[in-house]
Amino acid sequence: MARLTAENEALAREIIMRYPVARSALIPLCHLAQEQDGYLTEEAMQHIGELLGLEAAEVLGTASFYEMFKRHPVGKYLVNVCTSISCLLSGGDELLEHAQSSLGIAEGGTTDDGLFTLEGYECIAACTEAPCLQVNYRYFHRITHDEFDALVDDLRAGRRDGIPPHGTLQRVRQRISPDRVAGVVRPDDTTQPVWVGDTAALQDSPTT
Amino acid sequence: MITDAQPIITARFGFDDSYTLDRFLATGGYEGLRAALRKAPQQVGDDVKAASLLGRGGAGFPAGVKWGFTPAGVWPRYLVVNGDESEPGTYKDRMLMERDPHQLIEGILIACYAVGLGQAFLYVRGEMALAQERIAQALNDAYAAGYVGKNILGTDFSVDIVLTWGAGAYIVGEETGLIESLEGQRGMPRLKPPYFPAAIGLYQKPTIVNNIETLSNLPWIALNGGGAFAALGAETSTGMRMFAVSGHVNNPGVYEVEFGVTTFRDLIEAPIYCGGVRNGKRLKAFIPGGASAPWFFEEHLDLPLEAGAVGKAGSMLGSGAIVVMDEDTDVVRACHRIVRFFAKESCGKCTPCREGTSWLEKILARILEGEGRPEDVDMLLDICDNISPGINWPPRQTTICPLGPSAVSPIASAVSRFRGEFEAYVGGPVVTTVQLTGAAYRAPAEVSNA
Repeated sequence: MARLTAENEALAREIIMRYPVARSALIPLCHLAQEQDGYLTEEAMQHIGELLGLEAAEVLGTASFYEMFKRHPVGKYLVNVCTSISCLLSGGDELLEHAQSSLGIAEGGTTDDGLFTLEGYECIAACTEAPCLQVNYRYFHRITHDEFDALVDDLRAGRRDGIPPHGTLQRVRQRISPDRVAGVVRPDDTTQPVWVGDTAALQDSPTT
Repeated sequence: MITDAQPIITARFGFDDSYTLDRFLATGGYEGLRAALRKAPQQVGDDVKAASLLGRGGAGFPAGVKWGFTPAGVWPRYLVVNGDESEPGTYKDRMLMERDPHQLIEGILIACYAVGLGQAFLYVRGEMALAQERIAQALNDAYAAGYVGKNILGTDFSVDIVLTWGAGAYIVGEETGLIESLEGQRGMPRLKPPYFPAAIGLYQKPTIVNNIETLSNLPWIALNGGGAFAALGAETSTGMRMFAVSGHVNNPGVYEVEFGVTTFRDLIEAPIYCGGVRNGKRLKAFIPGGASAPWFFEEHLDLPLEAGAVGKAGSMLGSGAIVVMDEDTDVVRACHRIVRFFAKESCGKCTPCREGTSWLEKILARILEGEGRPEDVDMLLDICDNISPGINWPPRQTTICPLGPSAVSPIASAVSRFRGEFEAYVGGPVVTTVQLTGAAYRAPAEVSNA
């Protein structure tokens, strides 16, 4: 697997069409490639460059800035344990330590079976639910060490359908049907929007 | 003061299906949009101005005034919705996106209508998969039902809302960094001036960048009027506001309270909110507005959650994130943890921040490891002074954006208040003899905000 499949290329073209400038689709397309392969391959970046009219190096130049894009294979389940300030105060460090010994890997490592990659992570916006973690960016709040072990067991046994493999973020995609689309507004389109003026758009009388 | 004001934007949170179109419509959903479309766009904008709705993202700039900065007669204009919530301690935009996506969509539509914004881009933080899915579903449903897209509610008002998402970079929460990211670039902030988004934003066109919580308030304002909103809260901090209280309290949580009148003590101690510091411990310090904010202490508890009062006392409400530390907290460790965040997230564009935050982190790390030297605390302050000359509040900056100065806040707070704890780590008295820089640097306050 490397370049986008025909199906994903069609999806990529649909995404590009939503933006006034094609390059704006760069990050969504990198996510699409990562969803396909589990990480962002050089061939996929080449392909994305072709779709956007960019060099592969320009795609890499942007992608390498963002830490969610993995340029090497990671485990099927990426476990991010939050150790930012609120979690530090409520057992985040201890949870990360437990996760390391439980999985038998150091922070940043991947288990031999390729199932788990463990990362200490910065704030994931669940501060009132500390300590917290994400598996493939799905949340687990106020998690105890026992709950962590049970979660790992479940994932090993394939009992967690709600967590897709690493790379898949959105299981629901935005789709804009041709009969409902308002249309992209290009930067060089200097016409005033039709609704802007001194009159109300809706002329009915209030029902309430 | 604890008031009985009813929640505005979290009103649907009690329903398990609060994120569905059915529930939304059954609870007054899209009525605010209807009310707005029955007025001329300018009137809708005037109403938001009358509401004095302060931006809820961090900077706290009035939304209606921001809208007014778009140059007259210049088209197209864009809306960029900032859903890149990442400030440590902050947890409220994610909740609004996951639990009431239609309310947000309705707010986006009202903003687009009022300001003549031709297309909207809803940028959700990359790590928030559920929020992305809920918004995708909500948008698909709202498009199908005629609330978004072409000829909304049968009128000539047409606008697309495009769901877009990041890939892990705190700096993208800064509005110009967000725009860079949305243009497919590394999320490095732009210099202001000239790149104030309202004038030169996305694709170099006038662009409004608004926060999730800010926009989520618009349906209520459109329906009930700006005056009704302004009647809530304090004169300078109107309406209701969400605060996430985390750390060492009995009931950490996100609470929507009347803005400007509720005090820190109310929120931290009242049984209906956090119920006091955990395990009967004493309060040591608290962060009043996200990791970037200077810390507050016991003597600040009775301050109202009001932007002006908190600013005068030397900090900010920022992103509505309160982090409570009890008497047993190792403040050196807490300080390091916050600085580590900014060191990791520095985009690398400006030298004082790129080098400074990473040196601050390294020095704090060696202090924690017992390798600190007595002069280290002096050196921390010296580096802070290079990033934010004078180490004052509001901070001066030698950098394009405020990320660098944000790393100064915890150090300035912890060193000035808990010098003895640093001394204990470095094994000797800490002498602070650093000559702080004067006013030779450009201060943000001296730059016009238009």
